[in-house]
Amino acid sequence: MIERIIIAGSGGQGVMLLGKVLAQTAMLEGKQVTWFPAYGPEVRGGTSHCMVTISDQEIGSPYITEADTLIILNHPSLEKFKGMIKNKGLLILNSSLAKIDADVKKKILQFPFTDIAIRLGNIKVANMVALGCFVAAKKIIKVKNILKVFKSIAPTGNLKILEVNQQALKEGLRLNHD
Amino acid sequence: MKILLSGNEAIAQGAIQAGCSFYAGYPITPQNEIIAYMAKHMPSSRTGVCRTGKGQSQGVFIQAESELAAINMVYGASAAGARAMTSSSSPGISLMQEGISYIAGSQLPAVIVNIMRGGPGLGNIAPAQSDYFQATRSGGHGDYHLIVLAPACVQEAYDLTQTGFDLADRYRVPVMILGDGILGQMMEPVQLSTKKIKVSLAKSWALDGCQGRKPNIIKSFFLREGALEDANLKLQKNYAIIQQKETRYEGLFLSDAKVILVAYGTMARIAKSAISQLRSAGKKIGLIRPISLWPFPQQPFSIKNSRVKYLVLEMSYGQMLEDVRLAVGGRREVEFLGRSGGGVPSEEQIINKVKKIL
Repeated sequence: MIERIIIAGSGGQGVMLLGKVLAQTAMLEGKQVTWFPAYGPEVRGGTSHCMVTISDQEIGSPYITEADTLIILNHPSLEKFKGMIKNKGLLILNSSLAKIDADVKKKILQFPFTDIAIRLGNIKVANMVALGCFVAAKKIIKVKNILKVFKSIAPTGNLKILEVNQQALKEGLRLNHD
Repeated sequence: MKILLSGNEAIAQGAIQAGCSFYAGYPITPQNEIIAYMAKHMPSSRTGVCRTGKGQSQGVFIQAESELAAINMVYGASAAGARAMTSSSSPGISLMQEGISYIAGSQLPAVIVNIMRGGPGLGNIAPAQSDYFQATRSGGHGDYHLIVLAPACVQEAYDLTQTGFDLADRYRVPVMILGDGILGQMMEPVQLSTKKIKVSLAKSWALDGCQGRKPNIIKSFFLREGALEDANLKLQKNYAIIQQKETRYEGLFLSDAKVILVAYGTMARIAKSAISQLRSAGKKIGLIRPISLWPFPQQPFSIKNSRVKYLVLEMSYGQMLEDVRLAVGGRREVEFLGRSGGGVPSEEQIINKVKKIL
């Protein structure tokens, strides 16, 4: 098994964190994993991305040229990365901020992650709704382990943050995947 | 238990666990996480050894005003007996060359981390391997060498940093940890060592107060006739021992390979992916991954099969290639594939090149 994932969005949408949660969970499950960030002059409001590779075997380059899955949280990132998905790959798209027409070359799951997050009371958890959507579609890591990782990285003394992230993940898992 | 760390953080954590008691640095991408990690953790680390050898002191972190200052602070701290380290990226390492030459000339241990970016000049912040010559040929003036270690994954970055401190102390030479922006920025699981840090070897030569003994002298300035040559011969003798004892490499499929890829650091990871694809298609491809770039591992190139060919891969334009040619000694064909300045040879490019050679 090897899964190459590019996660992209606007600076501040939590694409790095989404990738780190994926990577931490994969590590917890004993898988090989690399997490590689864009480390240029990324700023809040600009685009930002990271690349996560999860595998049963030793991983070569952490730089992904052809992704199995793209998780895209805004329109500029869609434009930048849509050419980097492999044939029949999975595109998970935040339809609150980006739109794409159906395409026979890829499987597209588009849901309004940002609107769902707003409804949950914290716009910042759109990333975790997207994570839920990804995990339900690909099932390469276990939800109970993601929740463990949430607990290990959540700031202590602020239970609300942990709870809203858990809710966001559940909302994402519940989204329709046919 | 494993933890997820970037290459930069792993180097910093490795240094602290190796008993690094003094760090000075100046920020530059893509190695800023080393400075950030040291700033956060050095003051609370109790790994530093008091100059009296009794008890432990706090680690010292200094954000220097420049790279020149940082390397000269390391020079001073090392002379005083500290396990001292600095880190930078290519243009900053160029600025440090004078100080590195002085440290080598003064026979002092130090660990210098270079997380390479594109050059020449200010270049860019993309990963590159174009400082190979500078690192392995003594980037400053004079006849000297650094031990140069090139990790290919985050675990190895952590492990080799600790090894680096030990080698630096054992031979009294500066050691360079040479990585690139991908290695520095990438996160991977790391198994932290639980080994207790040995209290640093007593440094009888250190400038740590001479009450009751003859003063020690540490210098790289020898004006008396014959004195510099004597000092240089001493260095050369030391280098000969290092060349004999401290070469490190990883070899893969060397017994049946028709083409052997030669690559270090991040480039070797990409080479490994290409090899696993090529081998599953029945092609007999092997790998030599030098881990010590100086001393360069000669031994794996003495393969008996006269039809074996080498393909050197670099994120630079033919630097390690020269060492491979020297090791091969004209007995076999040596081909080359390299990109730099932000370009990284891809698996596909490697596979295409190998197919042409086969």
